[in-house]
Amino acid sequence: MTDQKATLTTSKNKTTMTGASILWECLEREGVKHVFGYPGGAILPAYDALKGSNIHHILVRHEQGATHMADGYSRASGEVGVAVATSGPGATNMVTGIATAMLDSSPIVCITGQVGSKLIGSDAFQETDITGVTLPITKHNYLVTHASEVARTIREAFYVAKSGRPGPVLVDITKDAQQGTCEFDWEAAKPQLPGYRPDLSPAPQEYEQALELIHNSKRPVILAGHGIIISGAMREVRDFAERAGIPVALTLLGLGAFPASHPLNLGMMGMHGEAWVNHMIQEADLLLAFGMRFDDRVTGNLKTYAPNAKKIHIEIDPAEINKNVKVDVPLVGDLREVLLELMPKVESIDRSEWLDHIDKLKGDSAVRDIQNLPDSGHLYAAHVINDLWRQTRDGKTIVVTDVGQHQMWEAQYYKHEHPRTLITSGGLGTMGFALPAAIGAKVACPDAEVWVIVGDGGFQMTMCELATLVQENLKIHIAIINNGFLGMVRQWQEFFYDRNYAATPLLNPDFAKLADAYGIRSATVSERSGVVPTVEAARQHEGPMLINFKVEQEDTVYPMVAAGAALHDMIRRPSPIVETAEDE
Amino acid sequence: MLNTFMVYVENKPGVLTRVASLFRRRAFNIDSLTVGRTEKPEVSRMTITVDADRDQARRIEANLYKLVNVLLVENITNQPAIIRDLAMIRVAATHEARSHVLELANVFRARVVDVAPESLTLEITGAEEKIDGLLDLLRPYGVLEMVRTGIVAMRRGSKSSEAVSARESAVADITDDGVSYSV
Repeated sequence: MTDQKATLTTSKNKTTMTGASILWECLEREGVKHVFGYPGGAILPAYDALKGSNIHHILVRHEQGATHMADGYSRASGEVGVAVATSGPGATNMVTGIATAMLDSSPIVCITGQVGSKLIGSDAFQETDITGVTLPITKHNYLVTHASEVARTIREAFYVAKSGRPGPVLVDITKDAQQGTCEFDWEAAKPQLPGYRPDLSPAPQEYEQALELIHNSKRPVILAGHGIIISGAMREVRDFAERAGIPVALTLLGLGAFPASHPLNLGMMGMHGEAWVNHMIQEADLLLAFGMRFDDRVTGNLKTYAPNAKKIHIEIDPAEINKNVKVDVPLVGDLREVLLELMPKVESIDRSEWLDHIDKLKGDSAVRDIQNLPDSGHLYAAHVINDLWRQTRDGKTIVVTDVGQHQMWEAQYYKHEHPRTLITSGGLGTMGFALPAAIGAKVACPDAEVWVIVGDGGFQMTMCELATLVQENLKIHIAIINNGFLGMVRQWQEFFYDRNYAATPLLNPDFAKLADAYGIRSATVSERSGVVPTVEAARQHEGPMLINFKVEQEDTVYPMVAAGAALHDMIRRPSPIVETAEDE
Repeated sequence: MLNTFMVYVENKPGVLTRVASLFRRRAFNIDSLTVGRTEKPEVSRMTITVDADRDQARRIEANLYKLVNVLLVENITNQPAIIRDLAMIRVAATHEARSHVLELANVFRARVVDVAPESLTLEITGAEEKIDGLLDLLRPYGVLEMVRTGIVAMRRGSKSSEAVSARESAVADITDDGVSYSV
């Protein structure tokens, strides 16, 4: 191996290598420094060749973890994350992580071993048709059966994963393709993708139509999505919003794309969005959708969605146009480029009437905020998250959440100023995402303070990765929001299933002892006064720390738009201060 | 309404599955799908008919383009095009009925491709409506077996082949750092 490496450096053009060595060489040339993986029979030749590579391999405890780590790595850094697994069960364990990356347009490359090409189709030991399995949940996938195909396939995989609308690409490499040898020529292995078109741009008349709508609008709202962060258009969106005087509502994955403290920032929209945001969307006469896809969680009932609004949709994926919401002007292209094109022609317009109206709606909602309710002696998750935000807001702390109530409270009470500081599974809603994704984020950004906010349910789905965290010596803090329930499911049962708490109460392990078993320091907090000192203790501690926050068991995320209800039809927090008469 | 798409794809293993899987996954109902070789060995061509309204048809086109192996999609529903289906029909033809069936075949320019004591097998090529018309007339005699290929289509004029050449020349536009500037 080392000899082959040496040959490579001396003669730059061609050298004979095994498929396995070519794999690592290509990954290095694609800029990969870390991979997350788990070895096994069909991928052993690749692992054998790893020793000749400069890539650091992180041994996970479950292949699902490897995919979430690659995903977290990608979301924290903007680079392509890489996960490696063997054939059969190793590959199928990746499915959830691949689907998670697909729904959230996260660029990852998954390398799987496959049985020898002669055995394909024979139901050999640990054989699974993983390209067939992952066909609908990858942006593209490949089966490689010859060493000579490895280089081009890896180059294409990276190019496809990160260009256009990013997404996961899986490369399945047979054992004999890893073992076989061929001449390696990087230059000759250029991507050949004659049908792939990641770089569309709108027509001039579409820009004109958009400008006309913008200039004629009295009540516009920008809907800011994940595409802003992917496109790197934070600056452009801010310039645009300020210049045109248009307030900005964010999707869950858009949080951080526009500073929370900016006067034009409204906060999150949708099912658990701020009440005033949803009301404003319903009252708007123009919606400007920036890199978002009108998911059912942000629109509510489509029949009653923003009935008076014209819609401009700036989106890189033409298949998203008119999928859920019919738009008046689609601008298909890279958001940043489209905004740069629009910007010089956008007129500054006084919209103070509209903005004043918003301030009034905001004030109305503030009295319902749990932060403003009198202290009942209970510890609420919202308190934990708000206090955590106050303690960590000075730096660029990365918060990685799981899925459920704590995720929504994080979105409401942690105010993100910077992109890539919230990492969360939005589209697929994958429980168990947080801990492994945080490991990926910390590996990508070793200098960042990384906090996991996770429910007691989701934590137990992937808590085996605590061992990975310890083995890699990563300082990651884990805040378990422990209410002894599968909280969001319980909330749905409370509202829509007559409080029939079927299969939602949890019997939990002693999380302190669990942390202890891994050599991780832990603390338990059950009063609000304990939150700040414990968070500070964790920050000062040199290693990772797990904090078990025992919070109110039957707390509820408000406001809530029930599935299928109109966006303005929200269930609000019952408040002793404001009577419900004002609700409807 | 029925939309007809001509889809040029890379001639590689698994591409048919990718296309078929897309229609299944997005819940678009395929009415007919044919696939075959073209004048270029590296390109296969599909003719797909699918029941969809105008917006759905646009989304189908956009989704097809998202498949990396798809080179070109043309919706020829409202375009001047030559559309052909082929059917083989085995029809019961007793001594008395035989001459009637042969007469019908003659009128429809169907060819007799097999003769058996109690049946005739006809081959007919044409627009779907024409084949449907013949079938309606043959049914009273007894259609014993029938197979149809599904339609193949070609735009009138020379535009399609030019479009494919333009698409292929985009390969050359991939620059050193792997970024394509094709439209």
